[in-house]
Amino acid sequence: MELSGAEIVVQCLKDEGVEYLFGYPGGAVLHIYDALFKQEDVKHILVRHEQGATHAADGYARSTGKPGVVLVTSGPGSTNAVTGIATAHMDSIPMVILTGQVPLPVIGSDAFQECDTVGITRPCVKHNFLVKDVRKLAETIKKAFYIATTGRPGPVVVDIPKDITDPKVKIPYEYPRSVTLRSYHPSVKGHRWQIKKAVELLLSAKRPMVYVGGGVILGNGSDELTELVSMLGFPITNTLMALGAFPATNRQFLGMLGMHGTYEANMAMHECDVLFAVGARFDDRVTGRIPEFCPYAKIIHVDVDPASISKTVRVDVPIVGEVAPVLADMIEILKANDQRPDSEALRAWWEKIARWQSVDCLRYDRSGTVIKPQYVIEQLYEITLGDAFVTSDVGQHQMWAAQFYKFDKPRRWINSGGLGTMGFGLPAAIGVKLGHPSATVACVTGEASIQMCIQELATALQYRTPIKIVNLNNGYMGMVRQWQEFSYESRYSHSYLETIPDFVKLAEAFGHVGMRIERSADVRGALEEALSLKDRTVFMDFLTDPTENVYPMIEAGKAHHEMRLAPGMTDARELA
Amino acid sequence: MRHIISILIENESGALSRVSGLFSARGYNIESLTVAPTQDPSLSRMTLVTSGSDEIIEQITKQLNKLIDIVKLIDISESSHIERELMMVKVRAVDGAREEIKRLTDIFRSKIVDVTPATYVIEVTGAKSKLDAFLQALEEETIIEVVRSGTTGILRGERGLTL
Repeated sequence: MELSGAEIVVQCLKDEGVEYLFGYPGGAVLHIYDALFKQEDVKHILVRHEQGATHAADGYARSTGKPGVVLVTSGPGSTNAVTGIATAHMDSIPMVILTGQVPLPVIGSDAFQECDTVGITRPCVKHNFLVKDVRKLAETIKKAFYIATTGRPGPVVVDIPKDITDPKVKIPYEYPRSVTLRSYHPSVKGHRWQIKKAVELLLSAKRPMVYVGGGVILGNGSDELTELVSMLGFPITNTLMALGAFPATNRQFLGMLGMHGTYEANMAMHECDVLFAVGARFDDRVTGRIPEFCPYAKIIHVDVDPASISKTVRVDVPIVGEVAPVLADMIEILKANDQRPDSEALRAWWEKIARWQSVDCLRYDRSGTVIKPQYVIEQLYEITLGDAFVTSDVGQHQMWAAQFYKFDKPRRWINSGGLGTMGFGLPAAIGVKLGHPSATVACVTGEASIQMCIQELATALQYRTPIKIVNLNNGYMGMVRQWQEFSYESRYSHSYLETIPDFVKLAEAFGHVGMRIERSADVRGALEEALSLKDRTVFMDFLTDPTENVYPMIEAGKAHHEMRLAPGMTDARELA
Repeated sequence: MRHIISILIENESGALSRVSGLFSARGYNIESLTVAPTQDPSLSRMTLVTSGSDEIIEQITKQLNKLIDIVKLIDISESSHIERELMMVKVRAVDGAREEIKRLTDIFRSKIVDVTPATYVIEVTGAKSKLDAFLQALEEETIIEVVRSGTTGILRGERGLTL
């Protein structure tokens, strides 16, 4: 088969089984767009801004486990995509981003719409390529998918100069069935001896704690994790990125940990004697002050990325490997072993945890008529039977969604945890909906975040991806306001949005349904109505309590046991 | 602690900037960095001298290993090794100083490779510490210009950094 470079790009995507391509055309990719026009297998989703393309592809990838694929033009097309690429990189999301480039002979001459895409994206990709020979094009695209989806996943950029896609130059095409790179061999199986040592350490624990990160979701290890933790009977906490990796409604689950984690999860971290970390990276929002992180614990850490191990916190038993096979090995070793965890010690540990749980740290005032943001999320959880896909933006609403929506399944909670990208939620929801057309997809957002990629409302209409937008509108950049209240003596420097658009009219202008909800009593009805409009995107603008803060909170530089609880709440240490 | 990391890296455009970018992005030190072709045209050999605590050096080697273009690396300072750097020094050499500098050159087993009525260019090879010592031995005001290649190194014995 003889194909042009442009046709090769499209044919590679077909051969790779790509269902959706999120993109935006421009000069340098016009040959590729012409090749796309002549086929129907790869469906192109036209976004309204390249950032939206990357977030939509990212949402698709996070929710389906398949790589998200993006096509943008050179120069501003690729620089606009950078935020989304960095977002995916921080959360290890498999994506392949094809960027147009000016023709090879003019690279470096400051040509129209030229930028050094490989240079600009280098620090925020797993790898990137500049294609300099059309005969290497197919192999490079294959490598990009291979690198993006194996080991610790991540985004890979392929920069394609326009002359490489010249429709007049045809060459023989064959898509490589597999590729190998002499410099890239991700580990799969963990070291058997280390795994044995880890099991022994777990069995010796008096106050064990399991700390799970997004790697368990990315590595499809939820089933193994749930089986192992159920066998052991240990308490478990998930990071923001891992919500759903272990079922939130299971009684062993202590809630999320970290800066806005639950009192019980953070206290159990502080007091545990063995910490079992799986697919987590000891991020600063999780650890708090490092010298006081888990001060009594021996630490086991399973991760596919050797560089994650002992990066910020020294660990005692490192295991490099994919989480699912490592956890399966642990289950097997445990089953073959007569020894069981110390049930006496475990009972005492659970009693202690129960005292922490009795603080009821997520309690909030339900008495007034003003809408509490937590209440909206609780109602969303109930009405969707806990089975929706929920995307979020970044800020207070994100934390409330994480605290109050009890995710029982992996890949249901889609948020930008690492980079913390406002504007992520709406385009990500479009990607999720395309990947799961029959599922309920909600985007929990705030009036500040939603305005950062609001243009994608047009995309949602064009491709009929009905999304339920839950806008927790408190008139502030809530998390900024909260920090200003706590740390800057309530000097609300530029965190108040004075000219908030009429979101109802705005939704209608984009062809969707808009609703404004001002009273607590109307929350449930509004959500029910919105969910009943199956084929429409509904923008629900909830006017919520502007003074509400996210609690508990470990302020920057504090340790797990130094949480700030909601006003009026009694610390269990005082009770005891 | 000072470490010498030898790296085999794909001879691709941009490979060097992946390494230097990693160091600047993560705030690691680079004392020197040299790159040159190897007998295999698809590979370059890089010698990177850095310093940091054991934890930082561990992270540096792990992060370097993560770079897709890096094929293999070894911290040669952890084993018995030979370290060399080339330095050329242009000095003002007049009157009695000419003899004195010539003597110093001999003591350091270095060579005078260019002579004018008022200057010498001296070529010195050795470990970084020897080169530093040579510069210290010179009268500071006689030094006109110093150029150093950066450190390279190789393991002693049969072990080596090969594919």
